[in-house]
Amino acid sequence: MNTCVNRHKNIIDFALSSLLRRKVKNLSLLAVYTLIVFVLASLIFFVQAVRQEAAAILAEAPDIVVQRLAAGRHDLIPAGYAERIGAIRGVGRVAPRLWGYYFHPAFGATYTVMVPEEPIVAPGRILVGAGVARNQQIKVGDVTALRSSRGEPLPVTVGGVYPAASDLVAADLIVMSAADFHALFNLPQGYATDLAVTVANSREQATVAAKIAELFPDTRPILKSEILRTYDAIFEWRGGMMVVILATAVLSFVIFAWDKATGLSAEERKEIGILKSIGWETSDVLLLKFWEGAVISLTAFLVGIVLAYGHVFFFSAGLFESALKGWSVLYPRFRLVPVIDAFQVTVLFFLSVLPYTAATIVPAWLAASSDPDAAMRS
Amino acid sequence: MRKSTIYLLFTACSVAACLLAVLHAAFRRHYDGRTERRHRATLVRELRLTDLCLFTDARYTRNPAMADRHAPFQEHPVALEHFPSGSFLSPPAGLERPHEHLR
Repeated sequence: MNTCVNRHKNIIDFALSSLLRRKVKNLSLLAVYTLIVFVLASLIFFVQAVRQEAAAILAEAPDIVVQRLAAGRHDLIPAGYAERIGAIRGVGRVAPRLWGYYFHPAFGATYTVMVPEEPIVAPGRILVGAGVARNQQIKVGDVTALRSSRGEPLPVTVGGVYPAASDLVAADLIVMSAADFHALFNLPQGYATDLAVTVANSREQATVAAKIAELFPDTRPILKSEILRTYDAIFEWRGGMMVVILATAVLSFVIFAWDKATGLSAEERKEIGILKSIGWETSDVLLLKFWEGAVISLTAFLVGIVLAYGHVFFFSAGLFESALKGWSVLYPRFRLVPVIDAFQVTVLFFLSVLPYTAATIVPAWLAASSDPDAAMRS
Repeated sequence: MRKSTIYLLFTACSVAACLLAVLHAAFRRHYDGRTERRHRATLVRELRLTDLCLFTDARYTRNPAMADRHAPFQEHPVALEHFPSGSFLSPPAGLERPHEHLR
């Protein structure tokens, strides 16, 4: 046992010395390798955490949201629809939702304005998300003005600020009373943005939605399962920028492995020949090359994973901010609950460590199987 | 100290850091995370929210679950993607096969 351990340690010593003889090349390779693993692992952690968060908290979303469409666009829905939908068997209750977007020209930000079902906020007061408070630099008790659609100022007092922990759902939120909402957007009476429908039996949601669509052909029912599915497919690999990032990472790993698999340099072949001539067995040479590959790939993998975890769950994926922020002025801070998907980390391991290590061994085996004299002469 | 010893110690520390991350994730998920999620879920229920606040530059990426079919073509039907966040989101599943779920 001790002999076996010492044998491995001796070979690791030799492997490290061999790598350090080409210090610049190998350290550069290690740095780039770590960077690729770091980016990919950050992406995996971030996406998985967002999905899990969405699945957990959007389970409380309305059972069915009924939108009215006009010329293919989301339009206001008459309140009268609610009464007829409420009469459908299986429907528990129907509540109109008042919500919309407000662009504040002074701060250059777009906010989501929402009216709660319960009157938790009095006219003239608002509750704001932490992102809004940061953007406008306001706090509880401050008075701010919103510009109505008629161009008139609407003064409101900040009644509360949602904690930063709720940024994931409420960063850009402004919650106000229905009276203020109508004053701000000049909505006609008797209309709502959409309707939130509660269905007593969750298994009847699809049936109720079908009845709603049949009763009102100009509506579009959205099931809760669709809402959840939307976020389950968020940052999907097969679409958009994500496939570019994934393809880049996979291509990088392929290049790393290909560089190793396409053969050894003349110096390396000579080195193998010398080792064979002084008594090294083929298995020893293969073990040496295995450790050379494993040292770089395993180190890059472990360091990349640790750095990615810190980046996503301690620094809110700050390096992704420039990409995720896009043209947003108000950017939520992602305080995500940590999630480590063992399957995806394992896939990343098999994608990064094993191919590179295997690609290191194969050409070494070919060289070690040849005559030592021929290898030294090459 | 031998090079191999230094390397093995470094690897052991890295593995320990990974295990520490797993433990930290479990701890956060069962203590702080549970409270935070409950608070967020309460907010979703009280305000009847339907979407996460991931992007704030376009309405169809701010509320992808609520986006209508023509939202990305806000200028004209053959307009290219206008907002960077649109590059990160795929269309909602319900829009790809309209009313399939209603059959």
